[in-house]
Amino acid sequence: MTYDAGKIDVAVIGAGHAGIEAALAAARLGCRTVIFTINLDAVGNCPCNPSIGGTAKGHLVREIDALGGEMGRTTDECFIQSRMLNRGKGPAVHSLRAQIDRREYSKIMKHKIELQPDLLLKQAEVVDVSRGEHGLWNLTTRMGAMYEAKAVIFATGTYLSGKIFVGEVSYESGPDGMFPAAFLSDSLKKLGIRLRRFKTGTPARVLRSSIDFSGLEVQHGDDPVIPFSYDTLTPGKNRADCYVSWTNERTKKIILDNLHRSQLFTGGITGIGPRYCPSIETKILRFSNKKRHQLFIEPCGLDTEEMYLQGMSTSLPEDVQLQFYRTIPGLEHVEIMRTAYAIEYDCADPLQLNATLEFKDFPGLYGAGQFNGSSGYEEAAAQGIVAGINAALKIQGREPMILDRAGSYIGTLVDDLITKGADEPYRMMTSRSEYRLVLRQDNADERLTPIGRKIGLISDDRWKRFQKKEEQKKEEFARVRRTVLPPSQELNDILVSHGTSAVTTGVRLEELIRRPQLNCGILAPVDEGRPDFPPAVFENVEIAIKYEGYIKRQKSQIDEMRKLENRRLPSDIDYLKLTGLRTEARERLQKVRPSSVGQASRIYGVSPADISVLLIWLGKEGKKHG
Amino acid sequence: MDRNINFAYHPSGDTIAAISTAQAPGAIGIVRISGPRARDVADRVFTSAHGKKLGDIRGYRALYGRVHDSKGDIDEAIALNFRAPASFTGEDVVELSCHGGVYVTRRLLKAVFEDGAVPAGPGEFTRRAFVNGKMGLTEAESVMQIIGAQGEQAAKTALAGHDGALEKRIKKIRVGLTGIAAHLSAWADYPDDDIPQVTPDGLRSSLSYAKKELESLLRQFDEGRVFREGVDTVIAGKPNVGKSTLMNLLAGCDRSIVTQYAGTTRDVVEDTVIFGGIPLRLADTAGVRDTDDPVESIGVKRAFRRIGTAQLVLAVFDNSHELGAADFELIEKLKNAACVAVINKCDLPEKIDKQYIKSKFKHIVSISASNGTGIHDLEAEITDILGTSDLDPSQGILFTERQRDEVRRALDCVNEALDALDSGMTFDAVTVSVESAISVLLELTGERATETVVDSVFHNFCVGK
Repeated sequence: MTYDAGKIDVAVIGAGHAGIEAALAAARLGCRTVIFTINLDAVGNCPCNPSIGGTAKGHLVREIDALGGEMGRTTDECFIQSRMLNRGKGPAVHSLRAQIDRREYSKIMKHKIELQPDLLLKQAEVVDVSRGEHGLWNLTTRMGAMYEAKAVIFATGTYLSGKIFVGEVSYESGPDGMFPAAFLSDSLKKLGIRLRRFKTGTPARVLRSSIDFSGLEVQHGDDPVIPFSYDTLTPGKNRADCYVSWTNERTKKIILDNLHRSQLFTGGITGIGPRYCPSIETKILRFSNKKRHQLFIEPCGLDTEEMYLQGMSTSLPEDVQLQFYRTIPGLEHVEIMRTAYAIEYDCADPLQLNATLEFKDFPGLYGAGQFNGSSGYEEAAAQGIVAGINAALKIQGREPMILDRAGSYIGTLVDDLITKGADEPYRMMTSRSEYRLVLRQDNADERLTPIGRKIGLISDDRWKRFQKKEEQKKEEFARVRRTVLPPSQELNDILVSHGTSAVTTGVRLEELIRRPQLNCGILAPVDEGRPDFPPAVFENVEIAIKYEGYIKRQKSQIDEMRKLENRRLPSDIDYLKLTGLRTEARERLQKVRPSSVGQASRIYGVSPADISVLLIWLGKEGKKHG
Repeated sequence: MDRNINFAYHPSGDTIAAISTAQAPGAIGIVRISGPRARDVADRVFTSAHGKKLGDIRGYRALYGRVHDSKGDIDEAIALNFRAPASFTGEDVVELSCHGGVYVTRRLLKAVFEDGAVPAGPGEFTRRAFVNGKMGLTEAESVMQIIGAQGEQAAKTALAGHDGALEKRIKKIRVGLTGIAAHLSAWADYPDDDIPQVTPDGLRSSLSYAKKELESLLRQFDEGRVFREGVDTVIAGKPNVGKSTLMNLLAGCDRSIVTQYAGTTRDVVEDTVIFGGIPLRLADTAGVRDTDDPVESIGVKRAFRRIGTAQLVLAVFDNSHELGAADFELIEKLKNAACVAVINKCDLPEKIDKQYIKSKFKHIVSISASNGTGIHDLEAEITDILGTSDLDPSQGILFTERQRDEVRRALDCVNEALDALDSGMTFDAVTVSVESAISVLLELTGERATETVVDSVFHNFCVGK
């Protein structure tokens, strides 16, 4: 039996990191939105590591925040340790990472959703999605509620036909002991959506009091703390430490002796796992000459004694887990509270999507997060905000928001997924961006806040602060360009003590900042006209000067790239009939159906000659119609 | 490095150039330049007899003059001026026509590149013509087919020579650079993982290897001119031994005037044939003999001078006559030359002193230029002589200006990475330059950059939680 539950604008299936950003964005843009979750206690859950950010992922969080998303703000509210990674390796790869109190994170997110006007949070399993009238979509829950929605966003994470493996034991399940979404896969297949099976895994949670920390290396947080969100004016303090330990030959032996008990190796697990997040057994097999592997012991929160063992994900049976964990220094008497497991789940082939994350063949249906073949909370949230914004914009008859590779990591992530597809769960890395000296975490606001403002997700207050910061940057940039420091004993002492040559004539501040050994802070004592601006302003000016040549070149590459992005390709081209394309290119193009010549040029197997053919074809079509 | 490095064609702002006549023996060779700076570039390599600049004349007009490069004059030439949109491509176009032959046109093209044009991609003139509305729909279809076919072939043919030796060599450089990039990426993307430290010295030594290899490729491109541009070859011999007949046999066409009267060939005539994969730039010469005819005596002098500078001499003797004074003089002149003694007219009764020839020459072949007998023996001898050259093309050398251009760009990127290291820049900047170099080299071998570095990270480093 079903009953009519009413008409809504946007339905979001799943209340994980993707679903939250999607639902909040859609509701904040004024769409009547319902977000469904199988369990209300699992909203914004972190079923794997208790941390947000990290290399490239930190960039994503900054960008989500710059667009008006929630992940950065919430992280700032509940972090217990914060570090800026890669200091000293260059501004392109600086990345924030915060250990969070995972229950607190979930609680805050749930409450924000509950308080959000136009948004309803419902505990319900969606079992069917089918075509309704007038291009609308019908959603049915297990309880028989039937909704009519203008847009549906799939953010099903690892719930979709999820199956857990621990050694010989396997059972159908969502993450963290939740029920799986058992019916939706069939409904999607019936619609004609191509699904595939991926796998991921998580290590055990262990009892803090069973760990001997005395011999372990301690990792402290940064002081001062740099927040994720541009809204966080006074960041909190570090309240917890992490610890480092190492596996050894005994660990290795136990794992190798028990491989036959992992379904990764006996064929029970068929899903494709991520190379960047290998289980410990995979690491030991693939890098057999490595004597030891590192692990991090991280607190899951402040009011819990659960500790997370980063690096020790495994699909081995519980008894073997206990055995090999206990070979590790500090863990000799460890007690497992939650067993490590591998989980298989259904997800969609992202080549079916376009850059708004809408299905090309199913207008009104969107995908976000692990459903699209990615992995990671941050990757999920990034797609969530893209899908949520675009669903709302479409419903309101507005221009879509398409973020390109040259403007953000979010754009790079989306473009990679929809152009190259995902042969394994996709993780963001700084090496995936060819424009990484321009796409830095320190200038995410400069790149994306104007877009967020135009869309309507940036408050007046935030916008004013942003504009002020931009003014200050401009002002300071002009000042260091025109300021000349006279040669003085004090200046030369500073220069020489930082390993750079002394000056005999007046020198422009800009030239000194350009020297790799120096920065604005070092020069502050001799820089009398230095204004009282926030540190972020000086940092930005400093990077702009030091990396001027590189930034200029990347910007000119971006200009070239955008020319091709602007050559739009109609979605109904029959590539199979297009003269001059090579067979391989023809098939790939037909499968991906790129939206622009630029996107076409990034598809595997499409050569520059094929691109020439497309350009000619475009010119020809233009003539036909013009 | 201000160009987009990912595509084989250029933004329409670039001025492109290529040899637009077949790279084979022909009367005229044309270098075509198209783009906004076409006239400007042409004016740098071309000086008209009357001092007029191409920029000063109207479209559809021609100037007569000389083309030159930094080393000096190349040839006489006619420059044809087309003003946009009234040209083949719809852009400003200059066509420089000079004497045919691979050497002259290639040298001119190189000069044009040095003065600011970039090598045209496959089918690029036609593509521009189409985009600028200079071509109809039916024509466009066939152009697309041609470009498609070229795309398929380009990567294969460009690098396929000598069992892909060049490709292997470039790949080796690229694999080295990818190793650096992957290490840098793993080190940056997995800061907490157990990754070996990246040290400036380690980076410097890996980059220096790439630099050395790229420089060696560029150097050998210049040394490899023999294989690309041809060997300066002189056919010498006294009048009427069949030099012109031999040349025509090699060239496969009536290039020089051949009669049965001695001394008909008055001047040096050039042509190029491919022998055993090596282009021979052939100069037939006026017969080597003393003469009172003032016109001929100029020709003879010139012929002797060419023997002095030739890289290969084919000394032709008449099998049906005894050796004469002119033959002995020629043999004397050829003492130190790379030379094949060609005993022609082997179909006629032998009167020549073969023993004497054998005592003077290491490479001897008997042929009949009129019926083609012995032509393969001649080819073998020539290959033998040139095969002793220091340069071994089987080690992989660059063949085209385009390849050279790309290796040059890769080298620029590597140098930039080294500069960044030396000046103490952070490694993220170094990485960007290394990845640019990889991307250029991938373009050269017809592959794509996309996932190479990422794949290498996971292959070589144990990373991830």
